[in-house]
Amino acid sequence: MSTPTAPLPSPTPAPGRSLSAWWQATPLTAVFAVFFLVPLALILMVSFWDFNEYELLPGFTFKNYIAIFDGCGNTSEMCVTLKTYLSTFKFCFMVWLITLVVGFAVSYFLAFHIQSQGTQTLLFVLCTIPFWTSNVIRMISWVPLLGRNGLVNQGLMGAGLVDQPVEWLLFSDFSVTLAFVHLYTMFMIVPIFNSMMRIDRSLLEAANDSGASGWQTLWNVIVPLSRTGIIIGSIFVITIVMGDFVTVGVMGGQQIASIGKIIQVQTSYLQFPLAAANAVILLAIVLMIIWALTRLVDIRKEL
Amino acid sequence: MKRAPGFVPLAFVFALFVLFMYGPMFVIFILSFQGPEGGLTFPLRGLSLHWFAKLAEGLGVVDIGAALRRSLGLGLAVMACTVVFSVLAGLAFRKKLAGGNTLFFIVIASLIMPSIIVSLGIGLEFRLLDGGIKWALETLGMQDTLDNYGTALGLFTSALGAHLTWTLPFGLLIMFAIFNRFNPAFEEAARDLGATPWQGFKHVVLPLIAPSVVGIGMFGFTLSWDEIARTSQAIGDVNTLPLELQGLTTTVTTPSIYAIGTVTTVVSFIVMGITLLLVKFLGRKQKGRS
Repeated sequence: MSTPTAPLPSPTPAPGRSLSAWWQATPLTAVFAVFFLVPLALILMVSFWDFNEYELLPGFTFKNYIAIFDGCGNTSEMCVTLKTYLSTFKFCFMVWLITLVVGFAVSYFLAFHIQSQGTQTLLFVLCTIPFWTSNVIRMISWVPLLGRNGLVNQGLMGAGLVDQPVEWLLFSDFSVTLAFVHLYTMFMIVPIFNSMMRIDRSLLEAANDSGASGWQTLWNVIVPLSRTGIIIGSIFVITIVMGDFVTVGVMGGQQIASIGKIIQVQTSYLQFPLAAANAVILLAIVLMIIWALTRLVDIRKEL
Repeated sequence: MKRAPGFVPLAFVFALFVLFMYGPMFVIFILSFQGPEGGLTFPLRGLSLHWFAKLAEGLGVVDIGAALRRSLGLGLAVMACTVVFSVLAGLAFRKKLAGGNTLFFIVIASLIMPSIIVSLGIGLEFRLLDGGIKWALETLGMQDTLDNYGTALGLFTSALGAHLTWTLPFGLLIMFAIFNRFNPAFEEAARDLGATPWQGFKHVVLPLIAPSVVGIGMFGFTLSWDEIARTSQAIGDVNTLPLELQGLTTTVTTPSIYAIGTVTTVVSFIVMGITLLLVKFLGRKQKGRS
């Protein structure tokens, strides 16, 4: 009998073996073929179709793309599409920065300051529980706090700090960013914490013994070794915020534009080719950001 | 014990973070138990189950009970499919799977794809399918069937598929984590004792991975239960509870909306509780055997 850790006896498995593996992978493959690959291909196809009020008209036209960038050549005033993307980028950057800082601090505390493993697990689970509640519920839970007559305004008025309720707390850029941070910091914490737990603790001791200060250890040892987690978390947060329409809708009081929102509105008017063209552009931009993120890190690693 | 430098400020940050996470939710729970006079904000006016009763009657045109049943049904279907498909795929990836890397890349791509794009694509796909079916029915001259035909979009077709593109990546990643720690010696022992592959799976592998498989089921259900973005364009005429809820945020101005929040959260927690009990039970059973 071979030892348990020995590699599989036959380097080239029998064809039947590979066949049975594919048989097992078939349901999963079928789901992603039918509900992921084909839909993406159809989006690309339909983005070149024409449409009228009643139906889609198969064909090949750049009309939809031209319509999206209509007026963007005008230098005096920005076109709607560019404005929307700028606003989406703004949220994306803010949310990314805040979730990264908060997520890193929380993960660092859990990974390096909590010594007992039991406490560590308990605190980690404590952080993940809110993630299991409906996103909409977590959004509207800010209403009684931030609303015109909400707790924050009551407190501020009570303390005599303001005479009138502060209006920008709810249905504003502020509330949208706050909700995003509330909803998605978890997507940063889990991968960063995971990376940090894999760091060999003796490296920290070595840094300490070599006379590195706390900051030096943090910046030169922990941050580079948490890189994978930081990138994975960033990709999650950025793709979510780029495509979001629910949070921006609910927390922005349906006033703030986002690219996801535009796609949603266009589909509700059955303007599928327009929505598809928007989706193609959004996808291209998200892919470029992800690509840049992974490049950025590889370059730094090589320096 | 001497604390490492930075412990106190970081502990403070952590405490603030936990407060930030939980604070608003507790506010919702408290406010959902308002008296009949209560509004959307503090102060709390009375204490009653009034808004839960209002909720049971339905909110305006929205039948909350029906939406709840739809969400439950869809969640259970998603859970079953996620468990079966993930376990099968997990087993497949342990063997030499030609093209396995490509498949894994596609699954991860689905995980980080903006949900609105996936949703739009599936919606489009089923609408084009509708067109095709209608054309086929017309060509075949089946006028009656054509008149009765609505759409292929639905809870257990397009919406189920949309949810699976979101839950299966999680399921597969968990399966990878399980099989990374799995000791193949147990299986080999079973094989040496003459077990067929199916017996080996049923009596050896499955009991060992059972607690984590239950976890995958929980992931599947709760992710589906709260899902909006992938469902939004892919569900057709009916709505799930989160979608109804999203619509209600702009129209409902009574604590009823907080009551729905409390109810859906309680369901999530019941599912998590059942899962934990099951995991514990399965773990104990395993210990009893060895």
